Amino acid sequence: MKLTGKEARKLLFDPIVENNPIALQILGICSALAVTVKMDVTLVMCAALTTVVAFSNFFVSIIRHYIPDNIRIIVQMTIISSLVIIVDEVLKAYVYEISKQLSVFVGLIITNCIVMGRAEAYAMKNPPIRSFLDGLGNGFGYSFILIVVAFIREVFGAGEFFGIPVMPSWYPVNNFLLLPPSSFIIIGLMIWAIRTYSTSQVEENDNPLKAHTFKPLTVKKEAVDG
Amino acid sequence: MADLMSLFVKTVFIENIALSLFLGMCTFFAISKQVKAAFGLGIAVIVVLTLTVPLNNLIYTYVLKEGALAWAGLPESNLEFVELITYIGVIAAAVQVLEMFLDKYVPVLYNQLGIFLPLITVNCAILGASLFMVEKNYNFVESVTYGLAAGVGWALAIVLLAGIREKLKYSDIPEGLRGLGITFIIVGLMSFGFMSFGGILL
Repeated sequence: MKLTGKEARKLLFDPIVENNPIALQILGICSALAVTVKMDVTLVMCAALTTVVAFSNFFVSIIRHYIPDNIRIIVQMTIISSLVIIVDEVLKAYVYEISKQLSVFVGLIITNCIVMGRAEAYAMKNPPIRSFLDGLGNGFGYSFILIVVAFIREVFGAGEFFGIPVMPSWYPVNNFLLLPPSSFIIIGLMIWAIRTYSTSQVEENDNPLKAHTFKPLTVKKEAVDG
Repeated sequence: MADLMSLFVKTVFIENIALSLFLGMCTFFAISKQVKAAFGLGIAVIVVLTLTVPLNNLIYTYVLKEGALAWAGLPESNLEFVELITYIGVIAAAVQVLEMFLDKYVPVLYNQLGIFLPLITVNCAILGASLFMVEKNYNFVESVTYGLAAGVGWALAIVLLAGIREKLKYSDIPEGLRGLGITFIIVGLMSFGFMSFGGILL
Protein backbone atom coordinates (compact mmCIF):
# COMPACT_ATOMS: atom_id res chain seq x y z
CA MET A 1 0.00 0.00 0.00
CA LYS A 2 1.52 3.25 -1.09
CA LEU A 3 0.74 6.37 0.81
CA THR A 4 -0.65 9.06 -1.49
CA GLY A 5 -0.59 12.76 -0.74
CA LYS A 6 -4.34 12.84 -0.37
CA GLU A 7 -4.36 10.09 2.21
CA ALA A 8 -1.55 11.73 4.13
CA ARG A 9 -3.53 14.95 4.23
CA LYS A 10 -6.58 13.07 5.43
CA LEU A 11 -4.58 11.40 8.20
CA LEU A 12 -3.15 14.74 9.27
CA PHE A 13 -6.19 16.99 9.13
CA ASP A 14 -9.17 14.74 9.79
CA PRO A 15 -8.60 14.65 13.55
CA ILE A 16 -8.74 18.43 13.79
CA VAL A 17 -12.47 18.98 13.24
CA GLU A 18 -14.10 15.88 11.77
CA ASN A 19 -12.75 13.37 14.26
CA ASN A 20 -11.34 15.49 17.05
CA PRO A 21 -9.86 13.38 19.86
CA ILE A 22 -11.13 15.68 22.61
CA ALA A 23 -14.49 16.77 21.24
CA LEU A 24 -15.64 13.49 19.72
CA GLN A 25 -13.65 10.61 21.14
CA ILE A 26 -13.56 12.02 24.74
CA LEU A 27 -9.85 11.26 25.00
CA GLY A 28 -7.17 13.19 26.81
CA ILE A 29 -9.29 15.79 28.53
CA CYS A 30 -7.47 15.74 31.86
CA SER A 31 -4.57 17.87 30.83
CA ALA A 32 -6.72 19.99 28.51
CA LEU A 33 -8.18 21.69 31.55
CA ALA A 34 -5.34 22.32 33.90
CA VAL A 35 -2.74 23.76 31.54
CA THR A 36 -4.76 26.28 29.54
CA VAL A 37 -4.41 29.43 31.62
CA LYS A 38 -1.56 30.92 29.59
CA MET A 39 -0.59 30.57 25.93
CA ASP A 40 3.11 29.79 26.40
CA VAL A 41 2.48 26.97 28.87
CA THR A 42 -0.18 25.55 26.59
CA LEU A 43 2.07 25.62 23.52
CA VAL A 44 4.80 23.72 25.36
CA MET A 45 2.28 21.14 26.54
CA CYS A 46 0.88 20.73 23.00
CA ALA A 47 4.36 20.29 21.52
CA ALA A 48 5.22 17.72 24.20
CA LEU A 49 2.05 15.72 23.64
CA THR A 50 2.27 15.82 19.84
CA THR A 51 5.86 14.58 19.96
CA VAL A 52 4.99 11.75 22.31
CA VAL A 53 1.89 10.59 20.43
CA ALA A 54 3.59 10.71 17.02
CA PHE A 55 6.69 8.81 18.11
CA SER A 56 4.86 6.30 20.30
CA ASN A 57 2.64 5.48 17.31
CA PHE A 58 5.74 5.12 15.15
CA PHE A 59 7.63 2.81 17.51
CA VAL A 60 4.62 0.71 18.46
CA SER A 61 3.89 0.28 14.77
CA ILE A 62 7.46 -0.83 13.98
CA ILE A 63 7.35 -3.68 16.49
CA ARG A 64 3.64 -4.42 16.16
CA HIS A 65 4.20 -7.94 14.73
CA TYR A 66 6.39 -8.93 17.67
CA ILE A 67 4.17 -7.75 20.53
CA PRO A 68 2.38 -10.70 22.17
CA ASP A 69 -1.29 -9.91 22.39
CA ASN A 70 -1.86 -10.38 26.11
CA ILE A 71 0.96 -8.15 27.32
CA ARG A 72 0.56 -5.44 24.69
CA ILE A 73 -0.63 -2.80 27.19
CA ILE A 74 2.54 -3.15 29.24
CA VAL A 75 4.72 -3.00 26.11
CA GLN A 76 2.94 0.15 24.90
CA MET A 77 3.20 1.67 28.38
CA THR A 78 6.94 1.06 28.44
CA ILE A 79 7.45 2.73 25.07
CA ILE A 80 5.26 5.67 26.03
CA SER A 81 6.82 6.22 29.43
CA SER A 82 10.34 6.14 27.99
CA LEU A 83 9.32 8.83 25.49
CA VAL A 84 7.70 10.91 28.23
CA ILE A 85 10.84 10.68 30.36
CA ILE A 86 12.89 11.99 27.42
CA VAL A 87 10.44 14.85 26.84
CA ASP A 88 10.39 15.66 30.55
CA GLU A 89 14.19 15.81 30.75
CA VAL A 90 14.38 18.00 27.61
CA LEU A 91 11.78 20.42 29.02
CA LYS A 92 13.62 20.61 32.35
CA ALA A 93 16.85 21.38 30.51
CA TYR A 94 15.60 24.06 28.11
CA VAL A 95 12.39 25.64 29.45
CA TYR A 96 12.75 25.08 33.19
CA GLU A 97 10.28 27.82 34.26
CA ILE A 98 7.47 26.44 32.12
CA SER A 99 8.19 22.85 33.08
CA LYS A 100 7.80 23.92 36.74
CA GLN A 101 4.37 25.36 35.91
CA LEU A 102 3.32 22.20 34.09
CA SER A 103 4.31 20.27 37.26
CA VAL A 104 2.89 16.76 37.15
CA PHE A 105 1.08 17.19 33.86
CA VAL A 106 4.08 16.30 31.71
CA GLY A 107 4.31 12.99 33.57
CA LEU A 108 0.61 12.50 33.10
CA ILE A 109 1.09 12.37 29.31
CA ILE A 110 1.81 8.67 29.97
CA THR A 111 -1.77 8.09 31.00
CA ASN A 112 -3.18 10.53 28.48
CA CYS A 113 -5.81 8.45 26.74
CA ILE A 114 -4.99 9.92 23.32
CA VAL A 115 -1.54 8.33 23.36
CA MET A 116 -2.76 4.93 24.56
CA GLY A 117 -5.88 5.07 22.43
CA ARG A 118 -4.01 5.81 19.19
CA ALA A 119 -1.34 3.18 19.90
CA GLU A 120 -4.02 0.59 20.57
CA ALA A 121 -6.53 1.56 17.88
CA TYR A 122 -4.28 2.63 15.01
CA ALA A 123 -0.59 1.83 15.40
CA MET A 124 -1.19 -1.85 16.21
CA LYS A 125 -2.77 -2.35 12.79
CA ASN A 126 -0.98 0.06 10.45
CA PRO A 127 2.52 0.59 8.98
CA PRO A 128 4.94 3.03 10.69
CA ILE A 129 4.73 6.09 8.40
CA ARG A 130 0.95 6.11 8.45
CA SER A 131 0.89 5.68 12.21
CA PHE A 132 3.34 8.54 12.58
CA LEU A 133 1.10 10.83 10.51
CA ASP A 134 -1.96 9.67 12.44
CA GLY A 135 -0.17 10.50 15.67
CA LEU A 136 0.78 13.95 14.40
CA GLY A 137 -2.81 14.55 13.24
CA ASN A 138 -4.26 13.61 16.61
CA GLY A 139 -1.66 15.74 18.34
CA PHE A 140 -2.79 18.66 16.21
CA GLY A 141 -6.44 17.95 16.99
CA TYR A 142 -5.60 18.08 20.69
CA SER A 143 -3.49 21.20 20.26
CA PHE A 144 -6.27 22.92 18.29
CA ILE A 145 -8.73 22.65 21.20
CA LEU A 146 -6.12 23.55 23.80
CA ILE A 147 -4.88 26.60 21.92
CA VAL A 148 -8.40 27.94 21.35
CA VAL A 149 -9.26 27.46 25.03
CA ALA A 150 -6.00 29.05 26.15
CA PHE A 151 -6.53 31.96 23.74
CA ILE A 152 -10.01 32.66 25.10
CA ARG A 153 -8.86 32.32 28.70
CA GLU A 154 -5.79 34.48 28.41
CA VAL A 155 -7.17 37.21 26.15
CA PHE A 156 -10.58 37.60 27.78
CA GLY A 157 -9.58 36.48 31.25
CA ALA A 158 -6.34 38.32 31.88
CA GLY A 159 -6.51 40.73 28.91
CA GLU A 160 -3.08 39.55 27.78
CA PHE A 161 -1.61 37.53 24.92
CA PHE A 162 1.68 35.72 25.63
CA GLY A 163 1.97 37.97 28.67
CA ILE A 164 1.63 41.21 26.62
CA PRO A 165 -1.47 43.32 27.44
CA VAL A 166 -3.73 43.47 24.37
CA MET A 167 -7.08 44.59 25.72
CA PRO A 168 -7.89 48.33 25.99
CA SER A 169 -7.43 49.75 29.46
CA TRP A 170 -11.19 49.98 30.14
CA TYR A 171 -11.49 46.19 29.85
CA PRO A 172 -12.10 44.72 33.30
CA VAL A 173 -10.10 41.56 34.04
CA ASN A 174 -12.47 38.60 34.02
CA ASN A 175 -11.36 36.37 36.87
CA PHE A 176 -14.08 33.86 36.10
CA LEU A 177 -12.19 32.74 32.99
CA LEU A 178 -8.97 32.34 34.92
CA LEU A 179 -10.52 29.78 37.26
CA PRO A 180 -9.92 26.22 36.06
CA PRO A 181 -13.59 25.13 35.81
CA SER A 182 -14.25 27.73 33.12
CA SER A 183 -12.32 25.61 30.64
CA PHE A 184 -14.96 22.90 31.01
CA ILE A 185 -17.62 25.38 29.97
CA ILE A 186 -15.52 26.70 27.06
CA ILE A 187 -14.90 23.15 25.78
CA GLY A 188 -18.61 22.34 26.20
CA LEU A 189 -19.54 25.31 24.05
CA MET A 190 -16.85 24.40 21.48
CA ILE A 191 -18.30 20.91 21.21
CA TRP A 192 -21.69 22.50 20.58
CA ALA A 193 -20.18 24.65 17.80
CA ILE A 194 -18.33 21.69 16.20
CA ARG A 195 -21.43 19.52 16.28
CA THR A 196 -23.59 22.23 14.77
CA TYR A 197 -21.05 22.46 11.94
CA SER A 198 -20.77 18.73 11.32
CA THR A 199 -24.12 17.29 12.34
CA SER A 200 -23.05 13.65 11.95
CA GLN A 201 -21.50 13.85 15.42
CA VAL A 202 -24.80 14.65 17.18
CA GLU A 203 -25.59 12.03 19.79
CA GLU A 204 -28.74 9.92 19.84
CA ASN A 205 -31.58 11.30 21.96
CA ASP A 206 -32.08 8.60 24.58
CA ASN A 207 -34.85 10.39 26.44
CA PRO A 208 -37.34 7.64 27.37
CA LEU A 209 -40.16 10.17 27.05
CA LYS A 210 -39.17 11.48 23.62
CA ALA A 211 -42.17 9.87 21.88
CA HIS A 212 -44.37 12.19 23.91
CA THR A 213 -42.37 15.33 23.39
CA PHE A 214 -44.41 17.99 21.65
CA LYS A 215 -42.73 19.27 18.52
CA PRO A 216 -44.57 22.39 17.36
CA LEU A 217 -42.45 23.01 14.24
CA THR A 218 -42.90 19.65 12.53
CA VAL A 219 -46.60 19.50 13.39
CA LYS A 220 -47.16 22.91 11.87
CA LYS A 221 -45.26 21.98 8.70
CA GLU A 222 -47.26 18.82 8.13
CA ALA A 223 -50.47 20.76 8.58
CA VAL A 224 -49.43 23.26 5.91
CA ASP A 225 -48.37 20.49 3.53
CA GLY A 226 -51.66 18.65 3.93
CA MET B 1 -4.19 12.27 64.27
CA ALA B 2 -5.90 15.64 63.84
CA ASP B 3 -3.40 16.37 61.05
CA LEU B 4 -4.40 13.22 59.22
CA MET B 5 -8.09 14.05 59.64
CA SER B 6 -7.61 17.47 58.11
CA LEU B 7 -5.49 16.00 55.32
CA PHE B 8 -8.35 13.58 54.60
CA VAL B 9 -11.04 16.28 54.53
CA LYS B 10 -8.81 18.57 52.48
CA THR B 11 -8.13 15.89 49.86
CA VAL B 12 -11.75 14.76 49.58
CA PHE B 13 -13.38 18.18 49.35
CA ILE B 14 -11.02 21.09 48.85
CA GLU B 15 -8.53 19.43 46.54
CA ASN B 16 -10.92 16.94 45.03
CA ILE B 17 -8.90 14.97 42.54
CA ALA B 18 -11.61 14.99 39.85
CA LEU B 19 -13.25 18.38 40.27
CA SER B 20 -10.35 20.56 41.41
CA LEU B 21 -7.32 18.88 39.88
CA PHE B 22 -9.09 17.41 36.83
CA LEU B 23 -7.50 13.98 36.94
CA GLY B 24 -9.07 10.81 35.60
CA MET B 25 -11.36 12.81 33.36
CA CYS B 26 -11.56 10.33 30.46
CA THR B 27 -13.15 7.59 32.55
CA PHE B 28 -15.03 10.26 34.49
CA PHE B 29 -16.91 11.25 31.35
CA ALA B 30 -17.13 7.80 29.76
CA ILE B 31 -18.50 5.77 32.69
CA SER B 32 -20.87 8.19 34.37
CA LYS B 33 -24.10 7.39 32.56
CA GLN B 34 -25.44 5.15 35.34
CA VAL B 35 -25.03 5.47 39.09
CA LYS B 36 -24.48 1.72 39.50
CA ALA B 37 -21.54 1.49 37.10
CA ALA B 38 -20.10 4.72 38.45
CA PHE B 39 -20.26 3.35 42.00
CA GLY B 40 -18.46 0.13 41.01
CA LEU B 41 -15.71 2.08 39.31
CA GLY B 42 -15.48 4.44 42.28
CA ILE B 43 -14.89 1.52 44.67
CA ALA B 44 -12.23 0.08 42.36
CA VAL B 45 -10.43 3.43 42.24
CA ILE B 46 -10.50 3.73 46.05
CA VAL B 47 -8.96 0.26 46.44
CA VAL B 48 -6.26 0.78 43.82
CA LEU B 49 -5.31 4.25 45.10
CA THR B 50 -5.09 3.09 48.71
CA LEU B 51 -2.73 0.33 47.57
CA THR B 52 -0.53 2.09 45.04
CA VAL B 53 0.11 5.49 46.63
CA PRO B 54 1.73 4.05 49.81
CA LEU B 55 3.56 1.45 47.69
CA ASN B 56 5.01 4.15 45.46
CA ASN B 57 5.82 6.19 48.55
CA LEU B 58 7.94 3.33 49.92
CA ILE B 59 9.68 2.87 46.58
CA TYR B 60 10.38 6.57 46.32
CA THR B 61 11.74 6.90 49.86
CA TYR B 62 13.90 3.79 49.86
CA VAL B 63 15.03 3.44 46.23
CA LEU B 64 14.49 6.43 43.99
CA LYS B 65 15.05 9.55 46.09
CA GLU B 66 18.40 11.29 45.97
CA GLY B 67 20.67 9.43 48.38
CA ALA B 68 17.94 6.93 49.19
CA LEU B 69 20.13 3.97 48.34
CA ALA B 70 22.51 4.77 51.22
CA TRP B 71 21.36 1.60 53.01
CA ALA B 72 22.76 -0.40 50.07
CA GLY B 73 26.08 1.41 50.16
CA LEU B 74 25.33 3.81 47.27
CA PRO B 75 24.96 7.21 49.00
CA GLU B 76 25.30 9.23 45.78
CA SER B 77 22.58 7.54 43.79
CA ASN B 78 19.72 9.55 42.31
CA LEU B 79 17.20 7.55 40.35
CA GLU B 80 14.51 10.20 40.11
CA PHE B 81 14.56 10.13 36.32
CA VAL B 82 13.03 6.63 36.24
CA GLU B 83 10.24 7.79 38.55
CA LEU B 84 7.51 7.79 35.94
CA ILE B 85 8.21 4.38 34.46
CA THR B 86 8.53 2.86 37.95
CA TYR B 87 5.21 4.22 39.16
CA ILE B 88 3.34 3.10 36.08
CA GLY B 89 4.92 -0.34 36.40
CA VAL B 90 3.91 -0.56 40.06
CA ILE B 91 0.37 0.52 39.20
CA ALA B 92 0.01 -1.96 36.35
CA ALA B 93 1.39 -4.77 38.50
CA ALA B 94 -0.79 -3.86 41.49
CA VAL B 95 -3.90 -3.81 39.33
CA GLN B 96 -2.98 -7.17 37.82
CA VAL B 97 -2.36 -8.76 41.25
CA LEU B 98 -5.55 -7.28 42.65
CA GLU B 99 -7.47 -8.64 39.67
CA MET B 100 -6.11 -12.17 40.18
CA PHE B 101 -6.69 -12.00 43.95
CA LEU B 102 -10.30 -10.89 43.52
CA ASP B 103 -10.91 -13.49 40.82
CA LYS B 104 -9.74 -16.24 43.17
CA TYR B 105 -11.13 -15.17 46.55
CA VAL B 106 -13.94 -12.62 46.03
CA PRO B 107 -15.54 -13.58 42.70
CA VAL B 108 -18.70 -11.56 43.46
CA LEU B 109 -16.80 -8.30 43.64
CA TYR B 110 -14.64 -9.36 40.69
CA ASN B 111 -17.67 -9.84 38.47
CA GLN B 112 -19.08 -6.51 39.56
CA LEU B 113 -15.91 -4.59 38.79
CA GLY B 114 -15.31 -6.58 35.61
CA ILE B 115 -13.88 -4.42 32.86
CA PHE B 116 -13.23 -1.46 35.15
CA LEU B 117 -10.19 -2.95 36.82
CA PRO B 118 -7.85 -3.11 33.80
CA LEU B 119 -9.12 0.34 32.74
CA ILE B 120 -7.83 1.79 35.97
CA THR B 121 -4.19 1.25 34.96
CA VAL B 122 -4.51 4.03 32.42
CA ASN B 123 -6.56 6.31 34.67
CA CYS B 124 -4.61 9.52 35.20
CA ALA B 125 -6.03 9.89 38.70
CA ILE B 126 -3.94 6.94 39.90
CA LEU B 127 -0.62 8.08 38.47
CA GLY B 128 -1.48 11.70 39.29
CA ALA B 129 -2.02 10.91 42.95
CA SER B 130 1.38 9.20 43.15
CA LEU B 131 3.05 12.19 41.50
CA PHE B 132 1.32 14.67 43.82
CA MET B 133 2.32 12.53 46.79
CA VAL B 134 5.96 12.93 45.75
CA GLU B 135 5.58 16.63 45.00
CA LYS B 136 4.06 17.32 48.43
CA ASN B 137 6.61 15.19 50.30
CA TYR B 138 4.18 13.05 52.25
CA ASN B 139 5.55 10.44 54.64
CA PHE B 140 4.24 6.87 54.69
CA VAL B 141 1.26 7.37 57.04
CA GLU B 142 0.25 10.55 55.26
CA SER B 143 0.47 8.79 51.91
CA VAL B 144 -1.93 6.06 53.09
CA THR B 145 -4.41 8.76 54.14
CA TYR B 146 -3.83 10.70 50.93
CA GLY B 147 -4.39 7.64 48.72
CA LEU B 148 -7.61 6.71 50.51
CA ALA B 149 -8.93 10.27 50.53
CA ALA B 150 -8.09 10.86 46.86
CA GLY B 151 -10.01 7.70 45.98
CA VAL B 152 -13.01 8.67 48.10
CA GLY B 153 -13.06 12.13 46.54
CA TRP B 154 -12.95 10.75 43.01
CA ALA B 155 -15.65 8.17 43.74
CA LEU B 156 -17.86 10.85 45.31
CA ALA B 157 -17.49 13.08 42.24
CA ILE B 158 -18.29 10.37 39.68
CA VAL B 159 -21.35 9.14 41.61
CA LEU B 160 -22.65 12.71 41.88
CA LEU B 161 -22.18 13.28 38.15
CA ALA B 162 -23.85 9.97 37.28
CA GLY B 163 -26.84 10.96 39.43
CA ILE B 164 -27.22 14.22 37.53
CA ARG B 165 -26.80 12.50 34.15
CA GLU B 166 -29.50 9.95 34.96
CA LYS B 167 -31.97 12.77 35.51
CA LEU B 168 -30.65 14.66 32.52
CA LYS B 169 -32.03 12.04 30.15
CA TYR B 170 -35.48 13.51 30.64
CA SER B 171 -34.67 17.02 29.52
CA ASP B 172 -34.79 18.48 26.02
CA ILE B 173 -31.32 19.66 25.16
CA PRO B 174 -30.36 21.42 21.89
CA GLU B 175 -29.12 18.84 19.39
CA GLY B 176 -25.45 19.74 19.20
CA LEU B 177 -25.14 20.07 22.95
CA ARG B 178 -26.66 16.69 23.71
CA GLY B 179 -24.50 14.10 25.44
CA LEU B 180 -20.90 15.19 25.76
CA GLY B 181 -21.41 18.95 25.40
CA ILE B 182 -23.88 19.37 28.23
CA THR B 183 -21.86 16.99 30.42
CA PHE B 184 -18.84 19.24 30.10
CA ILE B 185 -20.88 22.26 31.15
CA ILE B 186 -22.38 20.39 34.11
CA VAL B 187 -18.96 19.25 35.28
CA GLY B 188 -17.81 22.87 35.00
CA LEU B 189 -20.67 23.98 37.26
CA MET B 190 -20.03 21.14 39.73
CA SER B 191 -16.42 22.14 39.81
CA PHE B 192 -17.38 25.75 40.65
CA GLY B 193 -19.49 24.30 43.43
CA PHE B 194 -16.53 22.40 44.84
CA MET B 195 -14.43 25.57 44.69
CA SER B 196 -16.60 27.00 47.43
CA PHE B 197 -15.00 24.47 49.80
CA GLY B 198 -11.77 26.33 49.16
CA GLY B 199 -12.68 28.95 51.77
CA ILE B 200 -12.69 26.42 54.60
CA LEU B 201 -9.76 26.80 56.96
CA LEU B 202 -8.50 23.57 58.47
